[in-house]
Amino acid sequence: MLKLNKRDTMLFVIVTAMVFLAPFLLNPFPQGSSMAQMFNAGYPDLMQRFVIFGILVIGFNILFGLTGYLSFGHAAFLGIGSYSAVWMFKLLSMNIIPALILSMIVAGIFSLVIGYVSLRRSGIYFSILTLAFAQMSYNLAYSVLGNPSSNYNLTNGETGLQLALNDPRVLDGAAAANGALPVTKLFGLAMRDSYNLNVGGWLFTFNVGYYVAGILMLISFYISIRIFRSPFGMMLRAVKSNQQRMNYTGLNTKPYTLAAFVISGMYAGLAGGLLSSMDPLAGAERMHWTASGEIVIMAILGGVGTLIGPIVGAGFNEYFKNILSKINDGVLHQWLSFLPDGLENFIVGILHYFVGKGWHLTLGLLFMMVIIFLPGGLVEGGQRLAKMFKRKKTDDGSDSNNTPAE
Amino acid sequence: MGILEVKNVGKRFGGLQALGDVNLSVAENSVHAIIGPNGAGKSTLLNCLVGKLIPDTGSVMFDGQSVLGRKPFEINQMGISRVFQTPEIFGDLSVLENMLIPCFAKRDGAFHLSAFKNMLDDKEIIDRAQHMLEEMKMADKHGMNAASLSRGDKRRLEIGMCLSQEPRLLLLDEPTAGMARADTNNTIDLLKQISDERDITIAIIEHDMHVVFSLAERITVLAQGTPLVEDTPDNIKGHPKVREAYLGETQDAA
Repeated sequence: MLKLNKRDTMLFVIVTAMVFLAPFLLNPFPQGSSMAQMFNAGYPDLMQRFVIFGILVIGFNILFGLTGYLSFGHAAFLGIGSYSAVWMFKLLSMNIIPALILSMIVAGIFSLVIGYVSLRRSGIYFSILTLAFAQMSYNLAYSVLGNPSSNYNLTNGETGLQLALNDPRVLDGAAAANGALPVTKLFGLAMRDSYNLNVGGWLFTFNVGYYVAGILMLISFYISIRIFRSPFGMMLRAVKSNQQRMNYTGLNTKPYTLAAFVISGMYAGLAGGLLSSMDPLAGAERMHWTASGEIVIMAILGGVGTLIGPIVGAGFNEYFKNILSKINDGVLHQWLSFLPDGLENFIVGILHYFVGKGWHLTLGLLFMMVIIFLPGGLVEGGQRLAKMFKRKKTDDGSDSNNTPAE
Repeated sequence: MGILEVKNVGKRFGGLQALGDVNLSVAENSVHAIIGPNGAGKSTLLNCLVGKLIPDTGSVMFDGQSVLGRKPFEINQMGISRVFQTPEIFGDLSVLENMLIPCFAKRDGAFHLSAFKNMLDDKEIIDRAQHMLEEMKMADKHGMNAASLSRGDKRRLEIGMCLSQEPRLLLLDEPTAGMARADTNNTIDLLKQISDERDITIAIIEHDMHVVFSLAERITVLAQGTPLVEDTPDNIKGHPKVREAYLGETQDAA
């Protein structure tokens, strides 16, 4: 199907099903229960982040996973995409299509320039160059190009770029006549519209923005599979494996790496544009180097160089970030109320540092554990489980058939 | 006029004159060996031929065109393939993929953006790669990771990869270094077969005299950056200058 081989088709079908059924899958607990408050993730905001960061990391993986070039500045393209989209909403139309197109084009141009310079070096020097470019972009956005009193206020600095009532919006300016800010939409469908489904105690939310972003993620995922299986993808893996041999096999490595860099930059631009499409507000913090670091973490967490890894990593990271930051001391006390008071207070006192505002600590520990025990990321964990399961099954099979073990 | 003409090539690294005034002519479809004691400048000369180094003086012409100033990938596209001292292959890729890459490079050139083609649909390239693997007697190993091959197999694969590009000149840098006797003999047989069956010129840098005298049609002896003599293997064997150059190093080399 779709010119994919059997395994890839299966993978794609599974991911498609998960994206479409996510509102059910992510809401396993009935509405209003304490478990729902903690562990349900089926609300539009978070689901949008799952798929948007999925797109971002899928693109990052085309660069890092295939060529091995570790870009430490990918958040810059995310931010550039965000700003471009908001400008499109301000100037042209609230329709997200021109916004997304511009996001990808502008991010593509930036990545072409940054990539051209950075790819003169490899290894750690390449990472440092991309980091420097990203921090320069961040500072440009934060202060130089964001001074509200200057004529070149492209980013509106600290406040972030947002919509205003007096924006021109050439194509649909009249929509703002009633005094309310217009909403982003795909033709007639507003991104923030949701359809709520009540079944028993459960509440399932089907959000337009989520499905738009989800479909775009599926397209991105499909393109990434095709790239992985193409001669181009093989050349990128060859770059990672042995550049010397590439050069002496008559292949120019630079355009290959640059193409990978631009493709992944455009993925990041699309993700940035989508973030702005869901909430038309772009801030410089999206370009901060910690944001770039998070992309790297998501990619490694899921499994670098694997197809599904980026999606898993992005989902895992966003989900745990969300849950861990929601747990506070009150919740901990409630959970541990069966313990004697002194012990309860003691344990809550320790756990206090790992939840709520301390979520970084837990996520960091999880990250360390993945790196140490599953260097191939969560995908490797899944593969090991599948292998164990398979072995068990074949063992059972041989027992029931009374055939000798090989 | 040989296919490869090296004229007055000199290369200096700081205070060290690595190559003095090297003149070398490699005749088409011959096997030409370059030998010499350690530090004679053999590797420097080779690096000047493939674009890794640019000589300070002189010219290097391949098939009537200068290679100086061209990048390694451009020189390769002109028809010069290089086999390294330690096999340089794509260790993370399968044996078949290793063979596919030079086939793509030969057909599609130095850069070709084919991000939406399925590699396995390209029958022409797949057939070519598989044919080459069969010729190298490695067809049964096509799914293996190249890094897990034995040393001898890695060498065969590398030579096969170079041959799949149908180069006109094959440069080999000590192809049997660090090999067991059996592997060395296999490599000699393979190279003999290649030079017999194909329209190909082979230039080989080698330490192992057994290899040199079993393969070469002409031998250039390099010492201290300058060619000492150039002659047929039989004449080189008893040449007093060659004995002299080697005696300082090993007693039994000549």
